[in-house]
Amino acid sequence: MNISSTLASVVASGQIEASNIDPSVNAPAVATGAFSFMWLLIALPLLGAAILLIFGKRTDKWGPYLAIAMSCGAFIVGAVMYLTMLGLPANDRPVNLHIWDWVIVGDFQAPIGMQLDQLSIIFVLLITFVGSLIHIYSLGYMKHDPEKRKFFAYLNLFVAAMLLLVTADSYLLLYVGWEGVGLASYLLIGFWQYKPSAAVAAKKAFVVNRVGDVGLSIAIMLMFVTFGSVTFSGVLEDPAAANESTLTWIGLALLLAACGKSAQFPLQSWLLDAMEGPTPVSALIHAATMVTAGVYLIVRSAPIFDAAPDARTAVMVIGAITLIFGAIIGCAKDDIKKALAGSTMSQIGYMILAAGLGPVGYVFAIFHLVTHGFFKANMFLGAGSIMHGMNDQLDMRRFGALRKVMVITFITFSCGWLAIMGVPPFAGFYSKDKIIEAAFGVNVIVGAVALLGAGITAFYMTRLWTMTFTGKSRWTDDNKHPHESSAVMWIPMAILAFLSVVAGFMLAGAIETWLAPVTGFEETELAVSSLVMECASLALVVLGATIAYLQYRRDVPLVAPQHVSPLTVAARQDLYGDAFNEEVFMRPGQWLTRSMVFFDNRGIDALVNGIAASLGGLSGRMRRIQTGFARSYALSMLAGAVIVVATLILVRM
Amino acid sequence: MSTTHYLVLSAILFSLGVLGVLVRRNAIIVFMCVEMMLNASNLAFVAFAQQNGNLNGQTIAFFVMVVAAAEVVVGLAIIMTIYRTRRSASVDEPNLLKY
Repeated sequence: MNISSTLASVVASGQIEASNIDPSVNAPAVATGAFSFMWLLIALPLLGAAILLIFGKRTDKWGPYLAIAMSCGAFIVGAVMYLTMLGLPANDRPVNLHIWDWVIVGDFQAPIGMQLDQLSIIFVLLITFVGSLIHIYSLGYMKHDPEKRKFFAYLNLFVAAMLLLVTADSYLLLYVGWEGVGLASYLLIGFWQYKPSAAVAAKKAFVVNRVGDVGLSIAIMLMFVTFGSVTFSGVLEDPAAANESTLTWIGLALLLAACGKSAQFPLQSWLLDAMEGPTPVSALIHAATMVTAGVYLIVRSAPIFDAAPDARTAVMVIGAITLIFGAIIGCAKDDIKKALAGSTMSQIGYMILAAGLGPVGYVFAIFHLVTHGFFKANMFLGAGSIMHGMNDQLDMRRFGALRKVMVITFITFSCGWLAIMGVPPFAGFYSKDKIIEAAFGVNVIVGAVALLGAGITAFYMTRLWTMTFTGKSRWTDDNKHPHESSAVMWIPMAILAFLSVVAGFMLAGAIETWLAPVTGFEETELAVSSLVMECASLALVVLGATIAYLQYRRDVPLVAPQHVSPLTVAARQDLYGDAFNEEVFMRPGQWLTRSMVFFDNRGIDALVNGIAASLGGLSGRMRRIQTGFARSYALSMLAGAVIVVATLILVRM
Repeated sequence: MSTTHYLVLSAILFSLGVLGVLVRRNAIIVFMCVEMMLNASNLAFVAFAQQNGNLNGQTIAFFVMVVAAAEVVVGLAIIMTIYRTRRSASVDEPNLLKY
């Protein structure tokens, strides 16, 4: 034991030194000083979750406050890391903290280590900051829930797993975080598991995510076979050394993983159902952080995609398809959370699209991810606030005229609404228009799709905003007195709304310089000036918003009209995503399992049981020979002897 | 007298013994028939010994007698015990060792 651990540490330290000496790559330095405490990022929320889950009901009173403290603590640690990093020159910023050797089998090494660089620190700050705000918001939102403590424990678990995902220094450890957020997502979607719809939605999210996870595990296996390593430094140092078709396969497997986690086409079906979870969960996990893990994965694996152009094109196409797909679904939903979920899908489509553009897009994928994290979390919290004031009513046809009764929610939500549409100077303007420009620089068709998406985004968001806040009230009879939510809920909303306004121009320009050493960055070269592009997208946004406003400002029928265009019907059915899965995967799968069960019962079991039964029957007959008459035994002995003698004589002759 | 005559007599005695074992029910008589089969084979051994001019067959005959004596002791004891418990010496009566 001692010898092996000493050997392991010798090998590990040798590796670190070797990678330090190599001048060709920007290898992360060994963490020292403040960075050596980066494990606290994960440890704090994990400890919170452990205390709340292990000590159970005894922590009911103070548990939620502990969870909030742990989440805020992680944010403070993250902020200290960020400030320390700011003080370093760009090339010294990536740091690596080796914690212990996890798996050592022959040449294969999987150390547990954390890597903090310009990319992961952005995620750390986003996750802990938005996470802490949503923890605080949940204090108000889940006030009367008997299982409040469990909810906060799961939220802390989620934050820990998500931080592990973005700070892992190897794909294997990233996979642990990846599964951890999947588990937390499952637990939180199904938090009200007494509702069958929530339980089913949780299972659906879990199963669909498994499909993507298979992609990630295949990618990790391929990496190990190709590079002999699963650490970021081992794989991403020089991926061009491997042959291109292998890299393409790795890229496609990573894309499958990203599709599962980020609800991209064709694995998008789970996200709309995931809205069964409590609204803070939808805001944190299914809008701001977890669903963007796929974008992180692709941007993190940028060197692989740079060396495999086919895989990168696939990423771009998937992003473009999902962008339109989600937007169309968002246009037809009357459930406010589902409309927002369609929008999330579409906005992540933008990010994936940007990540598929290569070095011109990586930075903007992350930029849009951050601004989207702010404005979408803000709008989800706004939706939660509306539900809170409206007796958990979700149907927008039952809203209307909430502008006057929920003033703060109206203002914060409007900030998010303007930000997602990309109205200058709100956050979305800076990030989304950059993606559209970069897309035009790479491929005109993709650029046009992204531009069209901006118009549809404006349409569905304005539809949502108009139906909710303006017009006449269409409240149900039992719910005549909507009210504004308490301060514990609106303050997080206000902070996020503020960021939805300012995050864009605060980060624009700065984020490119910040991220360039990790992801690489190239300026987009366009035939027309970017001002023309901005005007074009703004014109489309104004057009979309105007159409929606004029259409939904008037009386909205309380029941969705039945005689509508086929596209609307399809969009209400999530563009037949579920129907497709059911016909193509579920039913053949059921037939397969049924025929397997049939074959097992009637084939394999029948064979085994048949042999046993026939042997039993045969021996049952044969034992009748044992009559108990000594003389008949003697006769059979004689017969045997005679046969032996006769045989001998015959053989002699 | 050639060896053949001895062998024919031995075969006749042996066959009578076999017949007795198969057809008679009285355990004592079955037992005596078994003895007769043993002695028939002894006769054949001795006849061959004389023909070959060595003592091997004679020796084996003595062995058989010793074994037969031991067998008689055990066999008679069993028959006695069965007779005491069942009041019968028929070999068909004890039939516990069946299916």
